[in-house]
Amino acid sequence: MSARFHLPSFKGEPTKMVDMPSDAIIPERDLGKVPVLECRHLGIDFGGLSAVDDFNVAIGRTEIAGLIGPNGAGKTTVFNLLTNVYQPTRGTILLDGKDTAGMSPDQVNRAGIARTFQNIRLFDTLTVEENVMIGLHNEVREGMWSSMLRLPTHFSAERRFHERALELLDFFGMADFADMPAGSLPYGAQRRLEIVRALATNPKLLLLDEPAAGMNPAETAELTENIHRIREEFEIAVLLIEHDMSLVMEICEGIAVLNYGRIIAKGTPEEIQSNPEVIEAYLGKQEGDE
Amino acid sequence: MGFLANLVNGVSLGSVYAIIALGYTMVYGIAKMLNFAHGDVIMVGGYLCYCTLVYLGLSPIIGLVVCVAGCTVLGVVVERLAYKPLRDAPSLDVLITAIGVSYFLQNAALLIWGSDPKSFPQMVDFGSLRLFGGQLIISSTAIVTVLANIVIMVGLTLFINKTKMGKAMRACSEDRGAAQLMGINVNSTISLTFAIGSGLAAIAGVLLCSSYPTLMPTTGAMPGIKAFTAAVVGGIGSIPGALLGGLMLGVVEIFAKAYIGTQFSDAIVFAVLIVVLLVRPTGLLGKPMTEKV
Repeated sequence: MSARFHLPSFKGEPTKMVDMPSDAIIPERDLGKVPVLECRHLGIDFGGLSAVDDFNVAIGRTEIAGLIGPNGAGKTTVFNLLTNVYQPTRGTILLDGKDTAGMSPDQVNRAGIARTFQNIRLFDTLTVEENVMIGLHNEVREGMWSSMLRLPTHFSAERRFHERALELLDFFGMADFADMPAGSLPYGAQRRLEIVRALATNPKLLLLDEPAAGMNPAETAELTENIHRIREEFEIAVLLIEHDMSLVMEICEGIAVLNYGRIIAKGTPEEIQSNPEVIEAYLGKQEGDE
Repeated sequence: MGFLANLVNGVSLGSVYAIIALGYTMVYGIAKMLNFAHGDVIMVGGYLCYCTLVYLGLSPIIGLVVCVAGCTVLGVVVERLAYKPLRDAPSLDVLITAIGVSYFLQNAALLIWGSDPKSFPQMVDFGSLRLFGGQLIISSTAIVTVLANIVIMVGLTLFINKTKMGKAMRACSEDRGAAQLMGINVNSTISLTFAIGSGLAAIAGVLLCSSYPTLMPTTGAMPGIKAFTAAVVGGIGSIPGALLGGLMLGVVEIFAKAYIGTQFSDAIVFAVLIVVLLVRPTGLLGKPMTEKV
C-alpha cells in the first residue's frame, strides 16, 4: 500500500482541495471545485501481472470524460476498480474528496457512482419499470410491515416510487415500455434502460461502458444527445469507455488513453487526435519511423 | 371414501412439504446455495414450540410465536456465521458447510433434549370436519395446515412481487453483482431470505409435529430431504414450483403408502424425482436452461 495523501477533513459542502494533479484536465466551469472523482497512483495486479498501473485522473463535477484505448488495455478493469468490484493493489480513489477504500460496491453506489455494463446486465425477468425501481431502491424508504399490511403509507410510497420511475423513463422516451419484461426489449432500448437504471440511483458520476457498442448511426446520434441531456438535466459527470472515436471526440471534454494498463496520453480531443503515441497504440508503428 | 381420505392426507402432508420447500427454493434462488441444514431448522422449531407448551405451559399461539421468532434468529445467525464467510467460495465448500451445520444442529438437539422421542402436544383442536355422513373425516390439523399453506403462498407471492425488498430479492436472484452495483445491500437481502425461510420452516415444524406427533433430533432430516426433492421437482428457485412439487410429493407419498406399501413409499417418492428430472432437468416450472455460446 502506498502512502495515502493527507486531505483536510471537511464537513458539509466540500471546500477547496489540496494538491490537484498538475496534468488534470478539468473544464473551466468546474475549476476551483473538488473534482467528482480523483484517482491517485491507482493500480491493480492480477497474479503478479500489473493490469492497471499508476492511473492518475481527475474528473470535474459536470465533465464528460472519455477513457479510450485498444482492446485489453484495462479500461473495464478501471471501472471495476472505481466501483470497488476489485480492490486496488495500490493507490487511492477519492469520490467527491472522500476515500472509497473499504467500501462495498453497493456503498460506492450510494456514495455516488453508478455504472452500465459492456455486456448488458439488466434484470431480464423484471419489468422495465421494476428495473428502474431497483435503481430507486435507496431513494424511496418504505418499511416491510407497512407494505405487507398495505398501510396508507405503503400506497403513498408506492405511488412516489412509480411516479419517479415513470418520470425517468419518460425522460428517455421509454414510458410506453414500462410494463414489458426488460429482456424482451430491443437491443438499443436495453442499452438505454441500463442508463436509466443507473441514473435512478442518483449518482454524482455516471460510468458508461461502451454505450454505443452495437448501435447504428441513428441510435448513436440519439445516445450522443442523451449524454448531453444527462449532463444538463442531472448536473453530473460522465465517464465513458468507447471505441466509437467520432462519438468520443464529439462529446468528451477530457480524454485519457490507456494502453497496457498505463495512461499514455491525456488531453482534449484535439490534443489526443494529434498525439503520435496514441496513433501508434491504435495503428501500430509505421515503417520508416524510429 | 378411502381415496378421498388419502387425498386429503396427501394434500395436508404436501402442504407441509411445500412450506419447507419454499425455504430451499428462496435460498437457492438468491444465495445460490443448497442449505441442507434447512430440515433441521424444522426440528429446532418443533422443540422450541414443545418447550413453550410443555415446560412453560403457555398457549399454542405463544408457542408458535416463540418458535417462529427463535428459528428466524437461528437462520440469520447460521447464515452470518457459517455461510457469509464463504460467499465467494466454490459451491462445494458451501454445500459441505451446510451438511456440517445440519449435523451440528442435530447433535446440539441431542445434547439439549436427549434422544428419547417427545410426544408433541395437540396444537389445534376444534373438532373435525365430517363429510358424506361421517364417512370422510378431516382433522382440524389438516384444515389448519392447508389454510396455512394457502396464506403463506399468497403472502409470499405478494411480498416478492409488490414490495421493494421483494423486488430487490428478485434482482439479486437474477444478477447479484449488478444488483449490488445498483446500490442493493446483498448481505442484508440474503439475511432477509434466510429469516423468511427459517421462519416458514418453524411453522412447517409445528404443522408437521401436529400431524405426526413424535419429536426427535432427527425429525427434520427426512422431511427436509423430501421437501428439497419437492423443490427440485417443481423447479428450484420457483415459488409456484415449490407449491406444485410439495403437493405432488405429498399426494404420491400417501397414495404409495396406502396402495403399494409403507416400505416402498420413500422409494416411489424419489423415483418421481428421477422421472421428472429425466423429462425436465430443470423441474416442472423451472426455467429451461439456455446454454450460452
